[in-house]
Amino acid sequence: MEIVLVGLNFRTAPVEVREKASFSQEQALRAAEELRSRGILEEILVLSTCNRSEIYGVHANANRESAAALSSYLSNFHAVRPDVLNPSLYHHYDRDVVRHLFRVSAGLESMLLGEAEILGQVREAYLLAHENRATGPVLNRLFQAALELGKRVRAETELGTRPMGVASAGMKLAERIFGKLNDRSALVLGAGTISEQVVSQLRDRNIGHLYLTNRSREKAEEFARQYNGKVIEWGEWDAALKLPDVIVSAVGVQDPLLTKPLIERAMTARGNRALFLMDLGLPRNIEPAVSAIYNTFLYSMDDLTEIVQQNRDARQTEVPKAEALVEEHVGKFISWQASVELIGVMDTLRGSMKERRAAFLQEKLAGMNHFSAEDREQLGKLMDELIERLLIAPAERLRMEKEMRKKIQSLEAIRDLYLSDREKP
Amino acid sequence: MNQTFVIITVLAYLSSMGLYLRFLYNGKDLTGKFATLLMCLGLVAHYLALLMRAKGTHTVPYHDLQGSMSLFGWLLAVIYLCLEMYHRQRTVGAFVLPIVLVFFLSAYLMPGHPSPPTAVHGVVFALHVTLSILAYAAFALSCVLSLMYLGEERLLRTRRLGEVVWRFPPLELLERMSHTSVLVGLVTIAIGTGLGFLAVDRLPGQQTYFDPKYLVTLLVLLLYVAYFRLARTSAWRGARASKLCVFNFVLVILSFTVVNLYFTQHHRYF
Repeated sequence: MEIVLVGLNFRTAPVEVREKASFSQEQALRAAEELRSRGILEEILVLSTCNRSEIYGVHANANRESAAALSSYLSNFHAVRPDVLNPSLYHHYDRDVVRHLFRVSAGLESMLLGEAEILGQVREAYLLAHENRATGPVLNRLFQAALELGKRVRAETELGTRPMGVASAGMKLAERIFGKLNDRSALVLGAGTISEQVVSQLRDRNIGHLYLTNRSREKAEEFARQYNGKVIEWGEWDAALKLPDVIVSAVGVQDPLLTKPLIERAMTARGNRALFLMDLGLPRNIEPAVSAIYNTFLYSMDDLTEIVQQNRDARQTEVPKAEALVEEHVGKFISWQASVELIGVMDTLRGSMKERRAAFLQEKLAGMNHFSAEDREQLGKLMDELIERLLIAPAERLRMEKEMRKKIQSLEAIRDLYLSDREKP
Repeated sequence: MNQTFVIITVLAYLSSMGLYLRFLYNGKDLTGKFATLLMCLGLVAHYLALLMRAKGTHTVPYHDLQGSMSLFGWLLAVIYLCLEMYHRQRTVGAFVLPIVLVFFLSAYLMPGHPSPPTAVHGVVFALHVTLSILAYAAFALSCVLSLMYLGEERLLRTRRLGEVVWRFPPLELLERMSHTSVLVGLVTIAIGTGLGFLAVDRLPGQQTYFDPKYLVTLLVLLLYVAYFRLARTSAWRGARASKLCVFNFVLVILSFTVVNLYFTQHHRYF
């Protein structure tokens, strides 16, 4: 075993534990430094996001004891009692670490299946560790492969293409009508959590003008300051509705706020330019009859939820494709690891055999004085050539072996049969 | 030699169509670029096929129906390519290429009939015909764009999105592309018609005949001007304007077929 991973994520730990076990950039670097100086790991990378905290490490003799040492270190570092932290921790070794990281970068281990942010977070964590020389040849190769796979999954599957939240689905629909939203305007009614999600999505898309209105003007002004919007007086609908291309309503009302006559007047005032309406209130804020007005596109919470559900199902169907890519890349990485190991094992074996050959010749030729120094040297060379010939064929066969399991098994067998514990690379 | 260019054209258009369809599905920039590249190759081969054919028949491509159809297909592809570059939008390619291919193949698979020579010749006449066919190609493209608009608008309004809507260009972009296409059509048909009158005027002797094609062309011109104006008004903006655009093109097809076959003696294939 060489690569080890100890960590926790949203599946194994509640948010209270995740909060305590998270790392800032400075903490990640300090942890890497301490783990190396204490001899627990040789290469270290800390990946910490809101949904996971993981330490990837490499040590020549990584085993369950080093994982336990890592768990104990985590517990001390964050000052969390082991009985609180340990039940949430998972430990992986070698191939399982590779598979786990590849699944993470592919978005298969994300709370929101296929989300794209994780790939950026993996890249940031890798760059930070690499720039501070916390990583080495193994982790460099591992994380570069993970980033490559992450890109490939997003390019070759539809895992991350469709919106998964109601607000983002609404924005994607608005883009189907208007294209880019940076020269458009939007009006958001309400200042609750849903409105905030929508406003955040609009800001992400650089909406040209953002208008906000709420029953409580104070709250609307606070909201407007936060998101650089403009407050419109609540209830002045005729003036307010003629401005925006996108209207989002998420307020608590008993009767619809935006009625058909109101929207008809607004459409006349805006020269019938297309209007996209998102009704995210329950009970509904916009009269369903509005959808009959020419050039309006009305989507209720139910419509958007259905789209999100369809997208979730569609993403789910992409999981096998992404998993196949993960397995392909795991195979490639293990193959690389094994080829590196093969060279190491064969070099050690060659060295060991030459040592034995020297000892053997010295012993057997001790009493044979009729051999001159030149003869002895010639004999040594011949035996070295024989060793090379004996090694070259199995080494080549091992190199050409396509079945990874068999290759690794053969390598293990060579190590066990021919090398002492001291000599094992 | 001509056959070689025909085969290259068909292969290039077919591969380009396949890649445009793939692009519609995966949205990958590289796929789109290859589709465009193959379309350019198809255009070059198509042009050479037209040239070889003209050399073989010792006349211009629009002298017969097959040549006119092939030229129409080529100009449609040229206009689409310009539009693709201007609006940086490749999703329409998958819908235009089949039409180009149908026109090209029909022209080469259809049995040929020798046509009597026309009374009018010369550069002005050639420009008149080419610009008129270019205008019809531009109108055909605007019709495709309007049909796409109507389909997407319907899916969005009825909230039956399925797989397609996420792949289509935004509605307003389709509208803009259609306007550009109609503008190209209007300018070229206006210049082409003017040159037509000039070509007739240059003929020796008195040429004061009336051709019903004049009326139909004037009507087409007026209807497209109406579309161009109405599409920006509050009452017509959106789906209504797109429907008018489709209606206008139906009239163009009638002008191409019924009028050319039964009512005019001077406009055979354009």
